[in-house]
Amino acid sequence: MQWETVIGLEIHVQLATRSKIFSGASVAYGAQPNSQACAVDIALPGVLPVLNRKAVEYAIRFGLAINAAINSPSIFARKNYFYPDLPKGYQISQLERPIVEGGHVTIRTGDKEKTIHLTRAHLEEDAGKSTHEGFHDKTGIDLNRAGTGLLEIVSEPEMRSSTEAVAYAKALHSLVRWIGICDGNMQEGSFRCDANVSVRPAGSDVLGTRCEIKNLNSFRFLERAIDYEVARQIDILESGGSIIQQTRLYDADRDETRSMRSKEDAHDYRYFPDPDLLPVVIPQEWIEQIREKLPELPEDRRNRYIQDFGLSAYDANILTAARELADYFEQAVKHLPEQSKLCANWIMGEVSGRLNKEELEIDRCPVNPEQLAGLLLRITDGTVSGKIAKDVFDSMWQGNGDSADTIIDAKNLRQISDGGEIEKWIDEVLAANQQQVADYRAGKEKAFNSLVGQIMKISKGKANPAQVNTLLKKRLTE
Amino acid sequence: MLNASLRQLSSLLSEKKISSTELTGEFLTRIKALNPDLNAFITVNEEKSLEQARVADEMIASGQSTPLTGIPIAQKDIFCANGWLTTCGSKILSNFISPYDAAVVKQFDQAGMVNLGKTNMDEFAMGSSNETSYYGPVKNPWDRLAVPGGSSGGSACAVAARLAPAATGTDTGGSIRQPAALCGISGIKPTYGLVSRYGMIAFASSLDQAGPMAKSAEDLALLLNVMVGFDERDSTSLQRKKEDYTQSLERSVSGLRIGLPKEFFAEGMSSDVSSAVEAALTEYRKLGATFVEVSLPNSKLAVPVYYVLAPAEASSNLSRFDGVRYGYRATQYTNLEDLYAKTRAEGFGEEVKRRILIGTYVLSHGYYDAYYLQAQKLRRLIAEDFTKAFEQCDLIMGPTSPTVAFNIGEKCDDPIQMYLSDIYTSAASLAGLPGMSIPVGFGNNRRPAGLHIIGNYFREAQMLNVAHCYQQVTNWHELTPLEINR
Repeated sequence: MQWETVIGLEIHVQLATRSKIFSGASVAYGAQPNSQACAVDIALPGVLPVLNRKAVEYAIRFGLAINAAINSPSIFARKNYFYPDLPKGYQISQLERPIVEGGHVTIRTGDKEKTIHLTRAHLEEDAGKSTHEGFHDKTGIDLNRAGTGLLEIVSEPEMRSSTEAVAYAKALHSLVRWIGICDGNMQEGSFRCDANVSVRPAGSDVLGTRCEIKNLNSFRFLERAIDYEVARQIDILESGGSIIQQTRLYDADRDETRSMRSKEDAHDYRYFPDPDLLPVVIPQEWIEQIREKLPELPEDRRNRYIQDFGLSAYDANILTAARELADYFEQAVKHLPEQSKLCANWIMGEVSGRLNKEELEIDRCPVNPEQLAGLLLRITDGTVSGKIAKDVFDSMWQGNGDSADTIIDAKNLRQISDGGEIEKWIDEVLAANQQQVADYRAGKEKAFNSLVGQIMKISKGKANPAQVNTLLKKRLTE
Repeated sequence: MLNASLRQLSSLLSEKKISSTELTGEFLTRIKALNPDLNAFITVNEEKSLEQARVADEMIASGQSTPLTGIPIAQKDIFCANGWLTTCGSKILSNFISPYDAAVVKQFDQAGMVNLGKTNMDEFAMGSSNETSYYGPVKNPWDRLAVPGGSSGGSACAVAARLAPAATGTDTGGSIRQPAALCGISGIKPTYGLVSRYGMIAFASSLDQAGPMAKSAEDLALLLNVMVGFDERDSTSLQRKKEDYTQSLERSVSGLRIGLPKEFFAEGMSSDVSSAVEAALTEYRKLGATFVEVSLPNSKLAVPVYYVLAPAEASSNLSRFDGVRYGYRATQYTNLEDLYAKTRAEGFGEEVKRRILIGTYVLSHGYYDAYYLQAQKLRRLIAEDFTKAFEQCDLIMGPTSPTVAFNIGEKCDDPIQMYLSDIYTSAASLAGLPGMSIPVGFGNNRRPAGLHIIGNYFREAQMLNVAHCYQQVTNWHELTPLEINR
């Protein structure tokens, strides 16, 4: 039988606010355990939550970026359950009237484009952490993370493969960083995915029983966990079994998912509106102010790059994967308006390659966009060849902010297009390579390239390759 | 001295006829003598109180005093006070020394008042008799066989027995007004949101409201001046212009329209309370007030609605008492689940557990709509009844409690009967309206009866004015229990 996979994602995005969502404690990562947990975070008797305005603003920013509705009033609710890293015995979250409802994002897999609809995005507080290492027979509780603001983003079950799920997760990851509401650091848990996975016979419009997979903290794990889970479910169904609705945990070491709890053990969270927090009324003017400050969104930029700069969809997708990269590109193009394609190629090639190799982000790139544009200008006007340009780029990377021109002059790298000079190198090479000249004349085309290579070599790469070609061909056909 | 009003004490202090240290010492001595039997205080800390008194004396000496500087006040043990044991009447907080001050405690501290100690209360403010306290019942100073009411029973007893010139209370469904009535003192629960709840241990957050308890309306006004104020740490705190509640105390009540809800003057009220209330109304007639019958048709649902909503909120509010971070923890447990179960089974008393169970039930999947949501709708109807009634009258009056104080142990086994003690007070709580109780005489066994005054939102000044006028022509509020006076 043919099976269709159905996937919906719940993504927890840690909001990049300075303080927690209901207290004034810092949210900085990596501090001494429990050093960033104030009276409210540890839930002393009598303390009360106060909503962080910035967290609301960030949620609205996200809602506007995905074309969703912003609910006003929006209501906070308590989700009740006992756990040692949940100090109040309830999590402040949202059930009815989440701050963001609806909206959509576009994902691309290969050359296929698809719209994924979002159900909702709601604000809530993070829990602390329990650690079992280093405490013999005991559990350590670190409440530094408790109360950190989260935006939980829930998609409709519209993805049909792990590839689409990853594309969706990446699109959201890019977007939340783009609009500046999350640092996107997956290792530190700033962006966490849970996947709801089910399968059904192809063509069916009834949803199969789903399992929720928790704890997917990388795109690779997301993909592998879904693939494993889909295979597991198909196996069960094909051998006549049925799927039990349950929560499963992905174990990266063994590359499998295993049952955490089934529906029967599921908590009754006893949600009810939090009486400590009044319904949040969001004035339309505030929404408009936030909308005005919203940066140009990746989708809009991507389309502009294709239309205005004539980039391919592929290039435009890559360049708009992160706002810093796109900004870098636009800065470069600003200094070299006629050569956007060349800028794109260099940024995706030389610049990105070097950044990857040195594990740097684009905003830490030692060569700034103006410098890069200065270098590319010298390629287009024939001052240096592409090959020499790479040497100049290397010097700029190591250097102290010198412009391409300064480096070219200092190292005497200017391309030589003077016919007389090139003729002299041709003479020299032809004299020393009589055999290859004979080979070429006998019809061996390869010999020509070898000759060109040698001419370039003795010119130390400075000879204009196009001119070398023309002049050499002329000499050999004389 | 013991019967002196706050204004009189204030004069004595500012004229340096007495020091705060002497005054505080005098009350501490009284507490030492009478508290072992009355059990009004859970914690007394002479050293801390006297230290505060010394600071107050310095404030007075250096001319930095406020009208209340140097006057002692007893704090209900629901308020966190820095460095003080803060138990909320429960075993589960029997070792909890608060590391911070509640807003209310801080306000009185800044006004230079002296914290005289932490008063006994029903566990987590759940009770109408002070019998649910882990620290034992409080006795009614008018009759030691009787309960003082609850949950602010310790505070009411302390003021009535003159162990303190004033006290703080909190009121969720009647916990200031009912004990004030049963102990023959004055108490006011302001409009919900006027006094910060920060640092006040939550029972039912949408209902809890702090207020003062004292001998007279005038004293209440002085105390309210300190307590009321916006606090950004409490999201339900209201931002309003500061009011001086003493300003209009003397205003004439002639022409005042008093609403008498027919539902409050029907069956249920005992005849002794009824006579005392009627007599008080007669005084008001003499003062020139007029009466109009109003109707609060949904008020009969107030108790059931209250006993759905308050436990629902409580079941969640009390989840933090889990033995993990502070407070009592069971000594023997086998795993996490067992730690929670044993800690809470051993740490909470019967009534608290009953309400946690009720609250958990009404919020459960499948019952939420039928109980919690339905109760919320009725809550709105109850509030709307008041809105309509206030179109016809300025204030509403009735009995605070259907009976005078009952005997200790009398209603312990019958929670429903106990819950009906709040039959007149819980409606105003659900509506968020201000309510107060003033003493208007005695009923059976010479136990005090209280008059309940419900005002419209933010009409505390008017309520205090109306109560003050009554207290200018009567002396119920000045009487003290014979035994106590010896």
